[in-house]
Amino acid sequence: MTAPLLEVRNLRTRFRTERGDLDAVRDVSFSLRAGETLGLVGESGSGKSVTGFSIMGLIDPPGQVVGGEILFRGQDLTKLDEEAMRSLRGNRIAMVFQDPMMTLNPVLRISTQMIETVRAHETIDDTTARIRARDLLGTMGIPSPEARLDAYPHQLSGGMRQRVAIAIALINKPDLIIADEPTTALDVSIQAQILAEVQQLTRESGTALLWITHDLSVIAGIADEIAVMYAGRIVEQGGVDAVLDQPSHPYTAGLIGSLPGASAPGAMLVQIPGTTPDMVDPPQGCAFGPRCARRESDCVRQPGFTDGAHRLRCFHPLSGPASAAEVSA
Amino acid sequence: MTTVPAAASARRPSSSALRRFLRAPSAWIGLGLMTLLVIGAVFAPQIAPQNPFDLAAIDVLDARMTPGSVSSGGDITYLLGTDGQGRDLFSAILYGLRTSLTVGVGSAVLAGIIGILGGLIDALIMRLVDLLMSLPSILIALLMLALLGKGIGNVVLTLVLLEWAYYARTARAQALVERKRDYFEAARGLGLPTSRILLRHVLPNCLPPLLVIAALQVARAITLEATLSFLGLGAPVTQPSLGLLIANGFQFMLSGEYWISFFPGLTLLTAIVAINLVGDRLREVLDPRALK
Repeated sequence: MTAPLLEVRNLRTRFRTERGDLDAVRDVSFSLRAGETLGLVGESGSGKSVTGFSIMGLIDPPGQVVGGEILFRGQDLTKLDEEAMRSLRGNRIAMVFQDPMMTLNPVLRISTQMIETVRAHETIDDTTARIRARDLLGTMGIPSPEARLDAYPHQLSGGMRQRVAIAIALINKPDLIIADEPTTALDVSIQAQILAEVQQLTRESGTALLWITHDLSVIAGIADEIAVMYAGRIVEQGGVDAVLDQPSHPYTAGLIGSLPGASAPGAMLVQIPGTTPDMVDPPQGCAFGPRCARRESDCVRQPGFTDGAHRLRCFHPLSGPASAAEVSA
Repeated sequence: MTTVPAAASARRPSSSALRRFLRAPSAWIGLGLMTLLVIGAVFAPQIAPQNPFDLAAIDVLDARMTPGSVSSGGDITYLLGTDGQGRDLFSAILYGLRTSLTVGVGSAVLAGIIGILGGLIDALIMRLVDLLMSLPSILIALLMLALLGKGIGNVVLTLVLLEWAYYARTARAQALVERKRDYFEAARGLGLPTSRILLRHVLPNCLPPLLVIAALQVARAITLEATLSFLGLGAPVTQPSLGLLIANGFQFMLSGEYWISFFPGLTLLTAIVAINLVGDRLREVLDPRALK
């Protein structure tokens, strides 16, 4: 087996707030191989976006990566200086953001934004960069790409804008793309088109994809592996079919159960009781404990991560792999 | 798909802003007056019947003649009269306007560049801004010019020193808003150099309020320069600005020879009003809240 492209080990990202330290990401580990797609799933505030930003080195004060390693092609990104990190960003690692209305600069033409991305990392003349931009827009399924290059973002529809944003991320042929809910703001039909295009492009180029979302249906369609995050920790991880067909962590089961399609027509939608925990002062032990129907007295201790292809952090899993052992929090 | 056809891409956002700008009559008045004054200043050597700075062209015998009188040589009609040295006031005003506008625009632009860059870079610069803005500007200006001596260059330098703080504060406030926008994060995510993100991405998004500041700062600079010249610390006698012309005529005010101060003063007033009209209208048009 080849070495993983990206390996995150025991990542911890902390935000200093007036109320105390908030560990938005606590002890997150996963690895990603070239050409592979990992879906990072969780509710708002689960730390999934912060994980993405930590990998990009875009955590600003008062936030800080305080522990762990982010190995990208064997190199620890947490130890790189800003200039070395900048040369990786947009070049080897690219990011696609949630809202295409906001991520394209409203005052610059599409061509300017694409060409500058190329030229930030490569000595190349404008004409060559422009041709590359035009070809890529065509590949992304944008009709008459030459004309679109001279457009301003507000002249394109939401779907078009997100295609452009993805094209900008792809333009330097990165090894890894971190996509932070890029299709959430789009219609379902356009979402499906874009997913298919991204899937095809990454498969052809061998680009690894870290797809951050709260939408399980998107993950089911695009990911090879899935990692479910809750309160800053990965609580369940495994192959996408294994986890979605046979969720073992009560939280994963709850997420799948609360999809509207899972309940009978006309019936009340199933909810996970309670709310996400206060991250400055999280509950002792398993953070999902207070909301969990399977909670028992030992859940005030912190469950460790089990081994194997389908791993989880739970003393009382629903089924499948063995239950976790305790670790010190 | 609801994409706008590419043909519409010729319509830039700026053209619609110009159209909105011209919707108010005050904009027309301001812009009209401003155009007139700028043309007068720029083409002063061609328009003026006399070069007021050329001592050989001035006849002392023509001193303090009333508006409309003809020169003793018979070749010039003094439309606005003459001053104490026999200078044609109309010519002197055109040349003075030239000096005043150069100082005003020059210092506003220079201060703008310094202030905007400072504002974007931030850090300690803001404490300096606080310090500068807490001191009365006329006092600093008097001090500076007393130290540096008279002259157009020194006046511009002094005005730049006084004005950049206003741009810096606005630029910083605006940049703080813009950096919370996703495109800023996205640009960083693309690994663009910081200088490029600041100048190419953030700056254009910060420009509207800075344009308004610039317009008003031109007016402020012209007034300040006039004040300084009036006090005898601004423009040199050989190159009088509007302020100096007003000062020169001041002593004749009470003896009934009002025109020597009055017409330069009127020109100054018109210039300030015109610039402020344009500046106010700019603010109305560029303020995003007013667009709703």
